[in-house]
Amino acid sequence: MKSLDQIIAECEEIAFDLKFSRARKWKDEQDNRVIVGYLPTYVPREIIHAANGISVGIMGTGDRKQIIKGDAYYQSYICHLPRGVIEMALDNNLDAFDGFLFPAICDCIRNLSGMFKLSKKGKFQRYFDYPQNFSSSIGGKFYIQELEKVLEDIFNVNGVRVTAKALNHSIGLYNKNRHLIETIYTIRQSTPWRLSAVETYYILRAGQCMPVEDHNDILEQVVAHIQKERGEPMDNIRVVVSGSFCEQPPIGLIKSIELAGCYILDDDFMLGSRFIQGNITDDSEDPLHALSEAYLHQSTFSSAFYDVGNPKGKRLVELVRKRASDGIIFCAASFCDPALLDRPELQKEADAAGIPHINFQFHENTGQFKIIKEQAGTFSDSIKLWA
Amino acid sequence: MADPKEAIKENSMIIQKEMLARQFKDLSMAKELGKKVVYTFVPGNLTELILSFDMLPVYPEINALQSGMRKKSAEYIRDAEKIGFSEDVCTYVKCDIGMMLNGNIGPTGEKIPPPDLLLLSYTGCFTFLKWFENLERLYPGVPVAMLHTPYQEDGVMTEDQINYMVKQLKEEVIPKMEQVSGQKYDHARLSKMMENSAKAEDLLVKILESAKIVPSPIDAYFAGVYYIGPIFTAFRGTGEAVDYYTELWNEVQQRIKLGLGPVTPEGEIKEEKFRLVVEGPPNWTNFREFWKIFYDMGAVIVASSYTKVGGVYDLGFRHDPKEPLESLAKYCMGVYTNMNLPQRVDMLEKYVNEYKADGFLINSIKSCNSFSAGQLMIMREIEQRAGVPVGFIESDLVDPRYFSYANIKNRLESYFQMLEQRKIILKQEEATV
Ligand code: SF4
Ligand code: SF4
Repeated sequence: MKSLDQIIAECEEIAFDLKFSRARKWKDEQDNRVIVGYLPTYVPREIIHAANGISVGIMGTGDRKQIIKGDAYYQSYICHLPRGVIEMALDNNLDAFDGFLFPAICDCIRNLSGMFKLSKKGKFQRYFDYPQNFSSSIGGKFYIQELEKVLEDIFNVNGVRVTAKALNHSIGLYNKNRHLIETIYTIRQSTPWRLSAVETYYILRAGQCMPVEDHNDILEQVVAHIQKERGEPMDNIRVVVSGSFCEQPPIGLIKSIELAGCYILDDDFMLGSRFIQGNITDDSEDPLHALSEAYLHQSTFSSAFYDVGNPKGKRLVELVRKRASDGIIFCAASFCDPALLDRPELQKEADAAGIPHINFQFHENTGQFKIIKEQAGTFSDSIKLWA
Repeated sequence: MADPKEAIKENSMIIQKEMLARQFKDLSMAKELGKKVVYTFVPGNLTELILSFDMLPVYPEINALQSGMRKKSAEYIRDAEKIGFSEDVCTYVKCDIGMMLNGNIGPTGEKIPPPDLLLLSYTGCFTFLKWFENLERLYPGVPVAMLHTPYQEDGVMTEDQINYMVKQLKEEVIPKMEQVSGQKYDHARLSKMMENSAKAEDLLVKILESAKIVPSPIDAYFAGVYYIGPIFTAFRGTGEAVDYYTELWNEVQQRIKLGLGPVTPEGEIKEEKFRLVVEGPPNWTNFREFWKIFYDMGAVIVASSYTKVGGVYDLGFRHDPKEPLESLAKYCMGVYTNMNLPQRVDMLEKYVNEYKADGFLINSIKSCNSFSAGQLMIMREIEQRAGVPVGFIESDLVDPRYFSYANIKNRLESYFQMLEQRKIILKQEEATV
């Protein structure tokens, strides 16, 4: 077993390798393998796996790439994520990708799908629509049709037809993946010093760029490591971070929050990996139906998803309670419509539940965190003072 | 600054004004009239269906744009920001929320009643979802009906998508409407209304396409936003709308016969110097000043994408009395912002060519990602494919902080100079050939 520090270092490298070498290596090892890139937030990666593919999360360039061409494609008042993605596409970082999925979470991602179509990047560029109707016979059916379109796209590239057996196997692997990730969050809940939020972030983000089997191995090792004591407990407050489900905060920002005295016990950074709560049936004769039911009935909440009837403010409060946290840090990308339009309502719910909160906005390539650190420090101090 | 002189009023304008006055009067008296009120959105609206249940529709974005024109939006936006809305988000939403916080007084000064049904039938923009989540919380307990419109991902509408929408209409939307209105769904009535819709749509297309004539008898952007008013909102499917468009079409024919240019608030355009295709919504807070810049330069907008947000009728779609629910589904999926980017580019290129435009201009709206994300790429594509000079200006729909008259005017003046230059070169080339 590798040391935890070694695992973390490897994960950091894989997570921020904008050449996606790990995925490319996997593809090159066998014929008929495909790489399918997906934008945040969630796609059912199981179907890509079952079709002999690797799904790679395109989570933006962060502060690892200078954006020059991307800025010429977006006005100043549009979030940063898509300009980094375009920059990567134009710089050939994505050339090994066979296709791209653009989940239906906002107008920027939606229109980015059209930009990829216009520039003919990849062999397919698919906007992946989520049903906004949650009945199995209406929205569920629609969702299955969306899944079938993706399978057809991949079939057109590699000729692989997916069987129920293969799909069930893939679902099983991702069930394990989700379960291990949740185990890490559960351990961190009582002993957050054993694995910092940044370390957790590297481990999860790396999982978006490597085969799920390898990631499961890594997660198992991490779980084994953090079952033992590591690090020193600090007199920190415990917080949930909300609003970073798409464009990712810079690592410096996550670090600053921790250094300012806040343990991050839950977050929505790698929401796609944690979007389905619990296991999906993995022995069904109709696994597409199982995936669809999971989407309809086992999804978590996010500003990127419609929620009338099951308001996300209440669900956020529940999460804070479940994690026995002291407060919420609203941390959204500048110009991120879904997150920012939700903010007043989420803050109202937090106020009604007596949960303190603060609010930051960032760009993925923000380099200055002094103010954020000061604010998070004041937030932490005030909670400690009044606790 | 805008010339304060009284704008010319044609008969169709007076008719439209009266229609609107009646609509808001009815709304203010909804309770007395025993009518239920449905809040919904313009793109992908189900107006005929709402009217077939004798309910009254309210379109929050129309209220927002009217607030912008009446110079109320700054105050409303400020109030929404006070309760936590970010400076960065769609100003229509903030304006609407602000209007509600200030008593929900509509454009005619009368109070808009609270909703009996929130009908989230929306197309082409995710902000609508957020908007409704906010409305749902502002009006707790009001039933919500959702109609999810699939995006034209592959540039087509599939049978599966149409069936999905019809199923939602039958099993989700109509039952909620029946419950709220206390009336049964009346297929024959809906179908009858669609005969009127199609008639009005035929007329609207003729009116918009009259701009293909050189010089154009209409302005298809600034005046176009008035022309689309009745059909994009509460009047589609009514006899009133057919009458309005008949009158408007008569006026346009008359103008064609007399060789007259477009009517603007400053007077008629006497000489058409430039013909433009415009992409993006207009600015509402300084609408007349904005228009005047074009008027002063003799620039006529011959086609625009904004006048297609409530239906791209010129590409052939009509509401169909023979299959009313299916045609509502197709209508919702077909509106401009639900078309994928390649389709949008194709349409705009076609406009530049068919309307013999000298240039292509984008008015990019700061707070509207649905339109703005991708516009710079659209611009490059049009420049390459159509070979006309392209221009780019920025403003906002209803936030006056983002309308800089001097900046826009400067940019446009340079753009028009470029167009002028090109005309000279083209003329010289023609002469040498
Ligand atoms: S950061 Fe927000 S606005 Fe930008 S692409 Fe992501 S969800 Fe859309
Ligand atoms: S983002 Fe644009 S399309 Fe969407 S509601 Fe706002 S103004 Fe309308």
